[in-house]
Amino acid sequence: MVEHRPLNDIIAYAILTLGVFIVAFPVYLALIASTHDAATVISGNMPLLPGSHTLENYYRAVFVGGSRTSREPVGHMLFNSFVSALGIAMGKIFISILSAYAVVYFRFPFRKAAFWIIFVTLMLPVEVRIYPTYKVVSDLHMLDTYAGLILPLVASATGTLLFRQFFMTVPDELLEASRIDGAGPFRFFKDTLLPLSMTTIAALFVIQFIYGWNQYLWPLLITTQDSMQTIVTGIKKMLTTTDELAEWQLAMATAVLAMVPPVAVVVFMQRLFVRGLVETEK
Amino acid sequence: MANVALRNVHKTYPGGVEAIKGIDFEVGDGQFCVLVGPSGCGKSTLLRMVAGLETITGGDIDIGGRIVNQIEPADRDIAMVFQNYALYPHMSVYNNMAYGLRNRGMPKPEIDTRVQEAARILEIGALLDRKPRQLSGGQRQRVAMGRAIVRQPKVFLFDEPLSNLDAKLRIAMRVEIRKLQRRLKTTSIYVTHDQLEAMTLADILVVMNGGRVEQIGNPLEIYQKPATTFVASFIGAPPMNLMPLRDAGGFKAAGGDGILGIRPEDILLLNEAPAGGLALNLTVEAIERVGAETYIYGVRSQQGDAPTVSAKPGELPPGEVIVRVPGAIAPAIGERIRATAPREKLHLFSADGRQRIDL
Amino acid sequence: MEKSAVFSSKLLPYLLLVPQLIITFVFFYWPASQALWQSFLREDAFGLSSEFIGMENYQALFAQPEYYKAMLTTLVFSTLVAGLSLTIALLFATQADKSLKAAPAYKTFMIWPYAVAPAVAGVLWIFMFHPSLGTLARPLRWMNFDWNPLLNGNHAMALVVMAAIWKQISYNFLFFLAGLQSIPKSVIEAGAIDGAGPMRRFWTIIFPLLSPTSFFLLVVNVVYVFFDTFGIIDAVTGGGPAGATTTMVYKVYADGRLGGDLGSSAAQSVVLMIIVIALTAVQFRYVERKVQY
Repeated sequence: MVEHRPLNDIIAYAILTLGVFIVAFPVYLALIASTHDAATVISGNMPLLPGSHTLENYYRAVFVGGSRTSREPVGHMLFNSFVSALGIAMGKIFISILSAYAVVYFRFPFRKAAFWIIFVTLMLPVEVRIYPTYKVVSDLHMLDTYAGLILPLVASATGTLLFRQFFMTVPDELLEASRIDGAGPFRFFKDTLLPLSMTTIAALFVIQFIYGWNQYLWPLLITTQDSMQTIVTGIKKMLTTTDELAEWQLAMATAVLAMVPPVAVVVFMQRLFVRGLVETEK
Repeated sequence: MANVALRNVHKTYPGGVEAIKGIDFEVGDGQFCVLVGPSGCGKSTLLRMVAGLETITGGDIDIGGRIVNQIEPADRDIAMVFQNYALYPHMSVYNNMAYGLRNRGMPKPEIDTRVQEAARILEIGALLDRKPRQLSGGQRQRVAMGRAIVRQPKVFLFDEPLSNLDAKLRIAMRVEIRKLQRRLKTTSIYVTHDQLEAMTLADILVVMNGGRVEQIGNPLEIYQKPATTFVASFIGAPPMNLMPLRDAGGFKAAGGDGILGIRPEDILLLNEAPAGGLALNLTVEAIERVGAETYIYGVRSQQGDAPTVSAKPGELPPGEVIVRVPGAIAPAIGERIRATAPREKLHLFSADGRQRIDL
Repeated sequence: MEKSAVFSSKLLPYLLLVPQLIITFVFFYWPASQALWQSFLREDAFGLSSEFIGMENYQALFAQPEYYKAMLTTLVFSTLVAGLSLTIALLFATQADKSLKAAPAYKTFMIWPYAVAPAVAGVLWIFMFHPSLGTLARPLRWMNFDWNPLLNGNHAMALVVMAAIWKQISYNFLFFLAGLQSIPKSVIEAGAIDGAGPMRRFWTIIFPLLSPTSFFLLVVNVVYVFFDTFGIIDAVTGGGPAGATTTMVYKVYADGRLGGDLGSSAAQSVVLMIIVIALTAVQFRYVERKVQY
């Protein structure tokens, strides 16, 4: 800024501190709650400092199972979440890098049509077509399977658009040099395009991992067995009892566990994350 | 080693745009051919057709006695240096050079020998482990050359390889490319829009304009006897002065209008024109002193502008004339000077500029 | 934009497209067309038989007071969440932009709620504001405020709105900060030399230059509120109390799942699809304009 007034700076830092506080407080409370016993949490007078039941709560959540209604240990839900988040992220990258390669580096009849067929899927998120999609998955006998959790969410145009955009920035001369160097479509892809796409792949992976991990409605619909639940759907089930019976300290421990992987990904891969976020929206 | 022949080569894009309108020329074994012309004249397209990166829609391209129209770039036995170098950004210098050889299944020891030899010639031995982004512009240029050399191809193709370098480096590399080509004796085709580069490098110069060849020949011949007004104004800097001449009958019995040309360096500041030569009255408008020589920009007034040779002089309309004189001696701005040129230094073209008329 | 250098294989491009096209057709086009078809059918309770009833599902839908209520709820919810989260994020972003030194660190502190699942965010907020055990419900009770989002529709809406804003601030902040940092400092300095004070500069220079970002974010936020907040609503209120937080998307789910009325649910899906397509069209026009800049 142009002026240098100390008061301005003080106001700015006050507002920023408030912002950090607002963003952090709900999570802080969850962390604190996950360290107290059930009685302390339910009392309505939970202290704002950590308690002494941390290990017990997390042990119970991860290995024994959250509460009376959901007997699935969170450890297994975490595993399911990992499998489906990885599956969605890698599946999207796989199908979209191939289709983008076809659309950008080849000329063939129906190329534009293929691009639009893929592009239109941007417009309709899974939420607006849940039941028919559910029926398809059910007809394919994929309820309560990883394939059912993953495949329907892999169908989206985001990745194809992102890779297409990146491929367009790769100089044409690299392909021409490769052709003169005797590389065909396979070699060019493997030796040149794929290595150059690594940052884009990583950025897309970060975004799609978070997207996959945070899915709620879809896993809620197609998993009927507790053993196939993801952690995000699992928390809610811990709370769907009467309030007195809900074990909030375990629910909060679970919430913390559900947040750690995606938040860690965002914080530690911040640059890739921001890049992925900005570029998928272009 | 091979010669390259183009026979009535055409290129029409699917949209109907005709980029190359029938081109014929031949580059002999070991010769250095330069394609020169303004941007959009089709010179790069033509080079890329030789490389196999653009399809040929008419005519034949022949490399070493084999028609290559339908042959893939990799199988034409050519190597190309791109304007932006097109180095693989993720590969080391060594791998950039070795990649094409590996794809051809060459044994490792031989690849190594060739890469090391090329690195030695180009003095980039110390850079072999670096990535392209760690290199300067000149070093990248050398690697791009190295990638071409290791292949030991029949033909080198250069697509404006020096245009991304600064002026000083460009001159140095120009000299090096020429030395290298003399040493390797590989047939080369080189595209540039820089007429100075074209003049200094070429054994055969091909001047192109609008998808056609304007003139083919050795550089000096083209400079001395440009076939069209386009060539006259494109080759040589500052460009040749061209003056429409109403009723050129004085110069040539052929009659009709024409265009009179005179190179700035051929103009002498003398009061009297040599017999049969040209005399012009100029008012000095601007002066550029570049040290070794001086450019005088003068405006021609009509009186006395007639070529003094003929019984029936033609007429010149008013216009600007550039005069190039050695040293730093120059008239003052606004001064009136008299510029003359001997008859043997004058060029005469038909009124449409497409034909040279011998004086 | 098109590449001029391409391969000429005939079969390969189709092979490369096959995986994506199969997935797209099986899980996208087929279900979407099913939704369309189903919206014209009436199915019995067991899904064994169905009959074609034309527009009846739509007529029934638009005769339902609940549907208008869901529309109104969606409108209120979208306006509040999009409006407030954009305003708050812009406030934070302008403050962060003032100090170039603090901005990167602050960015790290601000962005991570993006990674929190909506359903988890909902759980955090219901815990914080739970009428009997919520830490922040206590001060409200001391003030004799009868806070109960489990019973009071307005309270429930307020809670869902807060949770939704909390999750969206980070996204808006990131884009606003990037937008602010891309405004050349010289333009702002020129404004200062022309005698505009900080506030005036903001409204006359910065805000107009930021308008492409703002518009883009507005569309993204509306889409976010429509779909991504499902998890928050389901976790916090389950659409209640008495349908006070049932948005259009939530109603598609609730009517299909709980009521088993697939025809009506499908008709609602179709209405939603039309809304999303309209929104996307708006976004497209914006993208076109951006290209022309």
